[in-house]
Amino acid sequence: MDSNNLFYILLALAFFGAPLAAMLNNKPKISAAVAFGASAMASLVGLIIGADVLLNGPMRLDFPFSSPFGTFAFAVDGLSALFIIIISLVTFAVSIYSLGYVRHYYGKYPVGLMGSLFNIFYVSMIMVVSSSNAIMFLIMWETMSLSSYFLVIFESREKGTVGSGLFYLIMTHIGTAAITIGFILMYSESGSFEFSSFHGAALGMSDLLRSSVFALWLVGFGTKAGIIPFHTWLPMAHPAAPSNISSLMSAVMVKMAIYMLIRCYFGFLGVQDAWWGVVVLAVACISALLGVMYALIESDIKRMLAFSTVENIGIILMALGVAMIFQSYGLKELAALALIAALMHVLSHALFKSLLFMGAGSVLYAAHTRNMEKLGGLAKRMPYTSLMFFIGVLSIAAIPPLTGFVSEWLIFQSMLQSFNIPDAIVKILIPVALGTLAITGALAAAAFLKAYGITFLARPRSEGAERAEEVPGTMLVGMGILSALCILAGVLSFMILPVMDEVTSPLIGVSIGEHLISGFLIVPTVGEFSQMSPLLIGVLLASVFVGVLALTHLYGGRRKVVRAGTWDCGTPLTSRTEYSGRGFSNPINRMFSWVYHPLRVFRSTSHISPYVKSDMRYTSTIEPVFERYFYEPTEAGVRWLARKVSVIQTGSIQTYLGYIFVVLILLLIVLR
Amino acid sequence: MLLAMIQTLLLLALAPLFTGLIRKFKAFFQGRQGPSVLQPYRDLTKLFHKDSVISKDASWLFTATPYICMTAVITAALMIPFFTTSSINFIGDIIVVVYLFGMMRFFMALAGLDAGSAFGGMGSSREMTISAMVEPTILLSIFTMALISGTTRLGEISFNLATTGLDLVPPALFLALAAFFISTLAENARVPVDNPATHLELTMIHEAMILEHSGKQLALMEWSSMTKLLLYLVIMANTFLPWGIATEVTPMALIIGIFAVILKITLFSLAIAIIESSMAKMRLFRLPNLLTVSFSLSLLAVMSFYIL
Repeated sequence: MDSNNLFYILLALAFFGAPLAAMLNNKPKISAAVAFGASAMASLVGLIIGADVLLNGPMRLDFPFSSPFGTFAFAVDGLSALFIIIISLVTFAVSIYSLGYVRHYYGKYPVGLMGSLFNIFYVSMIMVVSSSNAIMFLIMWETMSLSSYFLVIFESREKGTVGSGLFYLIMTHIGTAAITIGFILMYSESGSFEFSSFHGAALGMSDLLRSSVFALWLVGFGTKAGIIPFHTWLPMAHPAAPSNISSLMSAVMVKMAIYMLIRCYFGFLGVQDAWWGVVVLAVACISALLGVMYALIESDIKRMLAFSTVENIGIILMALGVAMIFQSYGLKELAALALIAALMHVLSHALFKSLLFMGAGSVLYAAHTRNMEKLGGLAKRMPYTSLMFFIGVLSIAAIPPLTGFVSEWLIFQSMLQSFNIPDAIVKILIPVALGTLAITGALAAAAFLKAYGITFLARPRSEGAERAEEVPGTMLVGMGILSALCILAGVLSFMILPVMDEVTSPLIGVSIGEHLISGFLIVPTVGEFSQMSPLLIGVLLASVFVGVLALTHLYGGRRKVVRAGTWDCGTPLTSRTEYSGRGFSNPINRMFSWVYHPLRVFRSTSHISPYVKSDMRYTSTIEPVFERYFYEPTEAGVRWLARKVSVIQTGSIQTYLGYIFVVLILLLIVLR
Repeated sequence: MLLAMIQTLLLLALAPLFTGLIRKFKAFFQGRQGPSVLQPYRDLTKLFHKDSVISKDASWLFTATPYICMTAVITAALMIPFFTTSSINFIGDIIVVVYLFGMMRFFMALAGLDAGSAFGGMGSSREMTISAMVEPTILLSIFTMALISGTTRLGEISFNLATTGLDLVPPALFLALAAFFISTLAENARVPVDNPATHLELTMIHEAMILEHSGKQLALMEWSSMTKLLLYLVIMANTFLPWGIATEVTPMALIIGIFAVILKITLFSLAIAIIESSMAKMRLFRLPNLLTVSFSLSLLAVMSFYIL
């Protein structure tokens, strides 16, 4: 069967599943099975389509009607296929996970509607990456934004959910506005909304126009991706959404923006000016560093994961920025290497971030809280969840040979090649990015160590955590698939990277596949510069581990292992004597107080004597810098403007008719 | 391959000796006779023959950590050139080695949290804070050497530098060496960052993390930490000052290589002992100053490669 027919099957499955689930809303069990069954099957079909396109070349499915904006078609090339595979992999795992996860919504929230929107959300993402026309793309983009908005406000009776959803809605539309203006500028040059016509159009554009389109798209897609300073919706919307949805949004939806940035910059505009890459790199460095710093001091698991998404988008954009810089100097092989590194990190992040969000969802499901300070001791109560969350943590902390390490290694390697750049100023900037990436990596390890250590290890800090039990099997299976993939995508990356090369070669114009992989080795550049083999490292680690284990048991004979209490200096240990998450990140909070602007208040009241305190209170908060210095002034400005404009809004319909009449006359005169 | 294994075994065997040697040097400066340089071997042997106590609150991670730490160190050792430039570094370069050390630190800090004692948590928290500045410094200072010698593979860095002579040495090398030396002190719990000889709760970092380990597990933790210190010294010797290392496999070259590297490491140990005897440990919140200095040095080193 060819992929055209498969595409019909995918659409049919989702368009059949969505309304059916909604209709069965009163029977939550059946509707959940229908909805997530449909999305799981559809995503399997999606996987086959992606694989088929990568193996047999691009497909195109024209719509059987014509529109005023040119032909609409589903066009899937290598890049789209790669993203279809990533979307489908994650959606498949999340669908299975959702079967169990939605159980705690039975009777409380409309599960059928969620399932229905879930299918629409999935299909809209597939269509975003397979659109062939700017207008069709915008329709799909909007469908994706709206369906995810409704999913974010699913738990509408929870405090703050609707507000967070509204904020997301506003932000995403500001982004869409910028994207739309960018497309209209392209249209003014090419005379068509079809993507294929954009390719040549950029050549005839003036520098100013081309750079404006670049900037508009960076802002527009950057808002969706969550670059700083447009990141504030992520830590609001991701915790508010149900965990299966935040998993999809954070792991996949924000990547749609990365997909479009690659397509637009490398495909439509063509990268000619080095400063574009420098701008992307600078934005990326700021996002990565600040993202991870905010993640580190966060106590809410899901907010922490959302900030970490900001960080990882930063890392992906770093690689993209470096690729753009290389491309602008005509260093095509290095550009290909950096772009492959970016795509590898897209894949890695999709895998481990959805896994971690599902893990956070399981914790929420079992212990009913997202606050790390109230968790702890879950490693014994939820052994499987804890193990799989741990694999995700190891992966995101770039521990070799897991998938996160491979992509970070490739990004390091591509940055190290910057000595080939002829321009001295640009060349000096890259070590700064290199240092930023290194600091980001170390801080990310600290952040996830805290997330895992405080949430899963030691003693429980609340009754909810004390009573937590392992989550249902379907949830474990969903997480299990992705944790296996986190390991496999790392050790088998020598099989994945050639695919990435196939995807990037039409965009860059050169293929580096023949030297990138030799046997099990990854060789970033021709020659002796470096090489690495995640598979062999994995084998080596495993065999050394077995050796260490065996020799330790042999040497010194068999010795007793006694289980006893932790050393307590004579004071019984309770959950209050454990190290807290806030305490864990406090040294970094102090070290970087110029970033965090921490505010600490210590209040105590005493009676009888100043040494006997009857009440002590300690609060420690950080200043929300972007809210205070960027969003609040903007909001105040908008309100001020609205008040000024309201002078002419009298509320009388005659006056408004008068305005319309005057404007009409003026327009007729001006545009006659 | 065979040479790499011999080197690794030798490194493991020599690690306690150099820890003992540093202690001996320190004792000399303090006017004491001090324990024999072989004392660390006796300590390890004793620990391997002891029963262990594991906290009731701890999970499987706590028990697995010592084995994982040792695994990470041995795997890193296989990729590091010791007395000859040949190691099995074709499967992993310097970035892999640094991340393997990162893996060791990661597990050690998690185990510190696992027992649920405030000491362990404090140690983990401080360790990760310090590493947030130190790991980038190490990467950048080694990247400087990688760029100078045109490869990120440790063996090739040593080989390229050792075979080119002094005229290729740029000033960046000294900046990077200084940064790396400060990082070595910080990463291996030495003064002025941490004090390996103290068990005072409020100041310790490394000892606080491994406080709950005992018996064979403690032996593994101690031994892997000793090996890690030696590995840092070896990287410092062979990456920044590799002259003397065996660049070919002939008996003569190997013998010179062994003597050269042991001489260098002994000198580094002496330097550490002098620093530890003449400086006080820094307050924790003074450390960022020192670490920022070393980070800036390493960043300058990389940049000066591009400028000069």
